[in-house]
Amino acid sequence: MSDEPELPPSSARPYGGYFDDVSDALAAAYPNVSQAVERSIVDRGELTLHVRRENLRDLAQQLRDDQDLRFELLSSLSGVHYPMDVGRELHVVYELTSMTHNRRIRLEVAAPDADPHVPSVVAIWPTADFQERETWDMFGVVFDGHPALTRIMMPDDWPGHPQRKDYPLGGIPVEYKGATIPPPDERRQYA
Amino acid sequence: MTTTDPYAGVRDTTEGRVYTVTGGDWDDVAADAVTEHAERLVVNMGPQHPSTHGVLRLILELDGETVTQARLAIGYLHTGIEKNCEYRNYTQGVTFVTRADYLSPLFTESAYSMAVEKLLGITDEVPVRAQVIRVMMMELNRISSHLVWLGTGGLEIGALSAMLYAFREREQILDIFEMITGLRMNHAYVRPGGVIQDLPPGAVEKIREFVQIMPKRIDQYHDLLTGQPIWIKRLEGVGFLDVNACVALGVTGPLLRAAGLPWDLRKSQPYSGYEGYEFDVPTQTTGDNFARYLVRMDEMRESVNIVEQCLDKLRPGPVMVDDKKIAWPAQLALGADGMGNSLDHIRHIMATSMESLIHHFKLVTEGFHVPPGQVYQPIESPRGQLGVHLVSDGGTKPYRVHLREPSFVNLQAVPAVCEGSLIADVIASVASLDPVMGGCDR
Repeated sequence: MSDEPELPPSSARPYGGYFDDVSDALAAAYPNVSQAVERSIVDRGELTLHVRRENLRDLAQQLRDDQDLRFELLSSLSGVHYPMDVGRELHVVYELTSMTHNRRIRLEVAAPDADPHVPSVVAIWPTADFQERETWDMFGVVFDGHPALTRIMMPDDWPGHPQRKDYPLGGIPVEYKGATIPPPDERRQYA
Repeated sequence: MTTTDPYAGVRDTTEGRVYTVTGGDWDDVAADAVTEHAERLVVNMGPQHPSTHGVLRLILELDGETVTQARLAIGYLHTGIEKNCEYRNYTQGVTFVTRADYLSPLFTESAYSMAVEKLLGITDEVPVRAQVIRVMMMELNRISSHLVWLGTGGLEIGALSAMLYAFREREQILDIFEMITGLRMNHAYVRPGGVIQDLPPGAVEKIREFVQIMPKRIDQYHDLLTGQPIWIKRLEGVGFLDVNACVALGVTGPLLRAAGLPWDLRKSQPYSGYEGYEFDVPTQTTGDNFARYLVRMDEMRESVNIVEQCLDKLRPGPVMVDDKKIAWPAQLALGADGMGNSLDHIRHIMATSMESLIHHFKLVTEGFHVPPGQVYQPIESPRGQLGVHLVSDGGTKPYRVHLREPSFVNLQAVPAVCEGSLIADVIASVASLDPVMGGCDR
């Protein structure tokens, strides 16, 4: 885990497939798009828009409501912790599905560890309720505007956020037929 | 209250009086609560309750027998599967994710393996035979999962005999799984690149026997339940959720189709060659528990139909990708001490081929490297959209695995389907959401 997951640079137009249609429709619906979207990456047949957190809610509203976009289903919302991405350690990933147009795109929002705030999208996609609570629980991302941001998996008084990279996995060495096997996070790493 | 049960205590708290109900004393408690003070009663149902499918805790605020508010507490089965995957190589990850949703393990395995393949860029190189076997196993698994829902759902609303029939056929499917994968659940059968081993002799015949029996058995369930007045009264018009509510709450699968939207990822975004099968997407329009029952019953028929097509599509061939740097070294055979690598294979790597031995050793200890990037792979599980979000940093272990579990997301609909209904209907409605807590909590 010492390697930095390199994020590819912005892809060049044309992206191919429906990604160009989505980008054009988004530019028409949200004139501020060049400022709001830091990077657009097409990789392995999927489009990822890296969105500034200040613009997330307005952009999400357009993505849901505009007739050429209509991403009415938020399939998945989860976090990823990149401790080496200094100043943008916490990422929140939104997988959007448009049932109307049968399309999928991904939004990614970053926040620094020192200020782990991301606007909540519960008002736009109510399904984000549990998923934002889980992301708070596991990564410590504070979703501003969430109606009741409490822990969901771990007990209410649990210290720390278990899926962050600086949170140890835990485990004890196990003895088997005289040999000792260390816990998984202390075993040999292969770069 | 005149109880002498030492465990059925009463204590006053700042939130009001708290009763511990142990069974048989409900009348006393209710009488006391009503005469004393409370016009509202907060009942804690679960986490250990026979009708909550595992350990789901419902907190119900009651006005008489009407539920005015429903909240749920989950997390009792949280086992850290996602975190654990980050410390194991990609192949080992299969054995973790299969333990999430224990009623549909083959779906989680397949979604995870497909995500790894997408990251590796080998989606199109997975052999046809492996794809057909995956589809066949998934559809059999869909039937067995729906059968558990039918059996336990029946139990929960008093139709005890439904379970006897449903579990009879489920057992038959589990026998097939045991024959093919070695295990009745937690199979770890689908692996990145294909499946771990080919179908054993006799498996095709056994499956063919099953697909001949099953349609008649579905008729039996219909005879037993569909026209039954009590069954209809418990389900019809109960637990209503329309298309708008489903989409807003992220509810997919049979619940969404019962509300009238024919959204099925097998049709709309086909994977594993689903575009080559002929099947219908059953829908209903009433969006109540009865509609969900009918949709699932019809889905079982369609799954039987797909399994039959799979049997016809099976052609001899490899079941794992060619690339020896990815394909797990498994030429399995049954020995005197159980299943293991075949003696021929061991002889080959130990005695004749140094290169094979190195490959074997590197793959088993290190695993294979996956180029950096992220993918999301959604598939249609028995409960709705099951998605795997996988991030790689270029190493031999996933950087992040996230399971978008339909049980977890669909449970958000509990307040919407339960509030305003009778407490007895809560059980029928939660059952119709078909949550599996192992998947929900992961």
